[in-house]
Amino acid sequence: MLDLSYNTIVVLLGTSLLGAGAGLVGSFTVLRGRALIGDVLAHAALPGLCLAFLILGRRNLTSMLAGALVSGLIAVLLLTLLRSATRVKDDAVMGTIRSVFFGGGVVLISYIQNRSVEGSKAGLDSYILGKTAGMIAADVQLIGGVALAALVCIVLLYKEMQLASFDPGFARVQGWPALALDNLQMALAALVTVVGLPAVGAVLVAAMLILPGVTMRFWTDRLGKLLLGAALIGATIGGAGTLASAKFSLLPAGPVIILVGTFIFVLSMLFAPRRGVLARAAALRDFRRMLARQKLLAALYTFCEGPEGDDAWLTDEEIAATLEMSPRAARRVVYDALLSGALQPRESAKGTEYGLTEFGWEHAILIVRGERLWRLYLLEHPDLAGQLVDLDLTKVDEHLPADVVQDLEAKLRAENRLPETDASADAYAAAHRAAGGGP
Amino acid sequence: MSDFVLWGPGAEYTWWNIAVGAIVNSACAILGCFLVLRRMSMLGDAISHAVLPGIVLAYLFAGRDAVFMLFLGAMLVGVLTALLVQTLHRFGGVAEDAGLGIVFTSLFSIGVVLVSNYASRAHIDVNCVLFGDMDFVSLDRFYWGPFDVPRSLPKMLLALGAVIVFVTVFWKELKIASFDPALATAMGISAVAVHYLLMGMTAVVTVAAFEAVGAVICVAMLIVPAATAYLLTDRLSTMTLLAVGVAVLSSFAGCIIAPITGTNIAGMMAVAAGGQFALAVAFAPRYGLLSKAWQAWRLSARIAAEDLTALLYRADETTKPDVPRGLRIVDLLAAVGRGLTGRLALRKLIHSGTVEPSGAGRLVLSVAGRRDAESLIRSHRLWEAYLVEHFQLPLDHLHEPAEHLEHFIGPELQQQLAASLPKADTDPHGREIPPKQN
Repeated sequence: MLDLSYNTIVVLLGTSLLGAGAGLVGSFTVLRGRALIGDVLAHAALPGLCLAFLILGRRNLTSMLAGALVSGLIAVLLLTLLRSATRVKDDAVMGTIRSVFFGGGVVLISYIQNRSVEGSKAGLDSYILGKTAGMIAADVQLIGGVALAALVCIVLLYKEMQLASFDPGFARVQGWPALALDNLQMALAALVTVVGLPAVGAVLVAAMLILPGVTMRFWTDRLGKLLLGAALIGATIGGAGTLASAKFSLLPAGPVIILVGTFIFVLSMLFAPRRGVLARAAALRDFRRMLARQKLLAALYTFCEGPEGDDAWLTDEEIAATLEMSPRAARRVVYDALLSGALQPRESAKGTEYGLTEFGWEHAILIVRGERLWRLYLLEHPDLAGQLVDLDLTKVDEHLPADVVQDLEAKLRAENRLPETDASADAYAAAHRAAGGGP
Repeated sequence: MSDFVLWGPGAEYTWWNIAVGAIVNSACAILGCFLVLRRMSMLGDAISHAVLPGIVLAYLFAGRDAVFMLFLGAMLVGVLTALLVQTLHRFGGVAEDAGLGIVFTSLFSIGVVLVSNYASRAHIDVNCVLFGDMDFVSLDRFYWGPFDVPRSLPKMLLALGAVIVFVTVFWKELKIASFDPALATAMGISAVAVHYLLMGMTAVVTVAAFEAVGAVICVAMLIVPAATAYLLTDRLSTMTLLAVGVAVLSSFAGCIIAPITGTNIAGMMAVAAGGQFALAVAFAPRYGLLSKAWQAWRLSARIAAEDLTALLYRADETTKPDVPRGLRIVDLLAAVGRGLTGRLALRKLIHSGTVEPSGAGRLVLSVAGRRDAESLIRSHRLWEAYLVEHFQLPLDHLHEPAEHLEHFIGPELQQQLAASLPKADTDPHGREIPPKQN
C-alpha cells in the first residue's frame, strides 16, 4: 500500500496545482492554434535559468525561474520578429529558436557543472527531464500562486479572452486591446511553463499545456466547461502521475504524468459522446443507413408510378437490382425499413416480397416530393447549389420560401410528377418527424 | 578539460570529434533542407524525440552493433510518428500542431520510462541520449581493417551515405514535391510517399546521430543549417551545399570551443549553428536585414531625388517673369522632409549636374535634369489622366496615387497609358503633359 508521507503530499499538491494551472492556460494556447509555443518557451527557458544561477552563484529557485521567464519571453519576442522580418517560415523559425536556445542551455549547464563542486551539485540537469521528488513546500506555494494568478486573470477577463480566442479579428475591430490580451495569455503560459520546469522538465512541460485542453475539447463546445474540465484533467493527471511514479520508484514523474495524460486523451478521443471517433463513426453509419432507406422508399414509389405500378411488390433481388446495390447491402436496407415500419413482407410464388406500408407510403411521398422539388430548384438556380449545404430531402419547406415552393409544385403538377398527399396535417407531421432520423 | 590540442599527441581525439560531428551534422543538414522547404521542421523535431523508445528497444533486443535492426526500427518509428500525427488530425479532429505536441512528448516519455527501467541492460542513459557523448564516441574505437577508428563511425558513414543516395536518386521528386506539391501529384509523383520516405530517413539520421550529438541537439542540425542556407540562396542545390557547409563549420566550432571552455560539445555545435543563422539574418546578400534596409534606403533616396527634380520642374512651370527662377535649398529640403536621405539625394543631384545653382542662392534644373523631370512629370500626369478617364475619380483624389506611382512608371507603361487616353497632352488639372522623349 502507498504511504502518504508529508513529502508525498507536498509533491502531490504541487503537481496537481501545476496540472490545473497548465490546463487553464493551455486551453487558450490550444484554441489559438499555438500549441507548440509552450514547447518553445520551455526549451528557451534553460539558458536564463543557468545564467541566473551563474550570476547569483547559488541555487535560488525564485530568481532562477525569473531568469527562465526572461529568456523564454526573449525567445518568443525573437520568434515574432524573425517571423515577420525574414523569409524563413514559421516552423523553421520555431525550430531554430528552440534548438539554439536549448543548445545554449546545455552549454551553460555543462559549464556550471565542470566549473565547481557546487555547480555539479546544483542539479541543473533535473530541469531537462524534471524531478518532482525534490519539491518542497515553497515550490508548491509558487506553483499555487501562479495557478491562482492564472485563475484570477481568466475569471476577471473571461468575456474578453473568450472573444479574443474565437474571433481575434472581431475583437480588434471592436476596439478591444487584442494585442494586450494576447500578450497576457502568452505571459500566463510562460509563467506556468517556467514553474512547471522543475517538476516535469523542459522537454515535456509543453505536453502539460496541450493535453488537458485538447482532451477536454472532445467533451464540450463551451469555453467555461472546457476551462473547468481542463483544470480538473490537468490536476488529475498531475496527481495520478505522481502517485504512479511514487509507487514504482524507478519511474521519473514527468514522463509518467505525460503518459497518464496521453492515456486519458486517447480514451477521450475514442469514446467522447459527440466528437469522439466512435461516436462520429456511429453517426456516419446512421446517416448512411438513413440515406439508403430513403433511397429504397423513393425507388419503390417511383416503381409504383411506372407501367407495372399496380403490382408494387418486389423481392430482395429485384430491390438490389433497382437500387444498384449488392444483395447483401440491399438485404440490410430492407431489414432496416422493415424495422422502421415503412415496409411489409408478403409471401408469394417468387418468395418473400416487400411492399410499402401506409406509413411507408406517406414517408416515400415526402421523400420523392422533396427530391423532385430540390432537383427542379437547382435546375433553375444552379448558382445557389453551393450555398445549400443541408440538402435533406424532407426539409424543402424549411429551406425555401413558401411562394417558391408553391411555384415549383405548380410546375411539377403540370407535368403530373408531384406526389400528392391527402393525409391530414397530423399524419403529415408524424411522417415528417420520422423522416428526419428514422423512427 | 585542459587536454585540448589540435596538433601533437592527443590531437586525434579532437580530429575524430570534428570528423564525427561533421558527418552526422551534414547528414542532418541535407535532409533538413527538404524539411524546411516543405515546412515540416517541427515534424522532424518531433521524430528526433520520438525515436527514443525505438532506440531503447533496438538496444535491448538486438544489441549495440545491430546497425541494420537499429535503422529499420528507426524508419518504422519515424513513419509511425508521422502516421500518428496524421491519424490524430484526420480521424480525431485534433489540430496538427497540438497532435504533434502530444505524439512526440508521449513517445519520448515512453522512451524515458524504458531507459529508466532497463538502463543497465541497454547500456545507455538518458543524458547520453539527449546530449550525446562526443568524447566517448572518439575514445571507443576498433580496427576497421587496418584503420583505428571510432566504433560508431561505420554506422554514421552508412547513415550519411544513405542520405546522399536517397537525395540523389529522388532529387527531382523531392524538389518538385517540396516546391509544388500539386504539380508533383499531377506528374504522378506521390507526395505521400515522398513525405513518409523523408520522415523515415529523418529517423535513420537521428538514431545515427544520437550517440554523438544526442537526439535533442540533432534537431538543431536538422533545422538551423537549412534555415541559414535558405536565407542565402534561391537554388536548391546551392542551398543543400551551403547547409552542409554550415553544418561542418558548426562541428569545427563546437569541437574547438567546447573543450577550451569546458562545455558540452553538442550544445556548442547548436550554438555555433545559431550564430551562423544570426549572421545570415543580418548580412545575407538578398534576404538579410541589412541588405533589405540598404535596398529600402536606396529606393527612398531615389524617390527623394526624383521628387526634388519634379519640384523644380513645377516651380519653373508656375514662375512669373519678374520672380527669379528656381528654389532655395532650404525650401527644397523642407519638401523632402529635411532628413539625411533628402540631403544626400540633393547633393548627388548637384554632383551629377542634374541640378545647378542659378545665383541668388537658388537651384534650377540643368538641361539634362529637365529631361529627367519631364519624364517623371509625364508619368505623373498620364496616370492622373488615366484615373479620370477609366475610373472617374474626382480631381482631388488624383494627386496622391500619382505621387506614389510616378516613380515606378517606365517608358513602356507611359506608352500604354498614352495610348489608352483620347488626348495625351493635358492632364485633368489642365496642365500640359510633357511630350514623349526620344
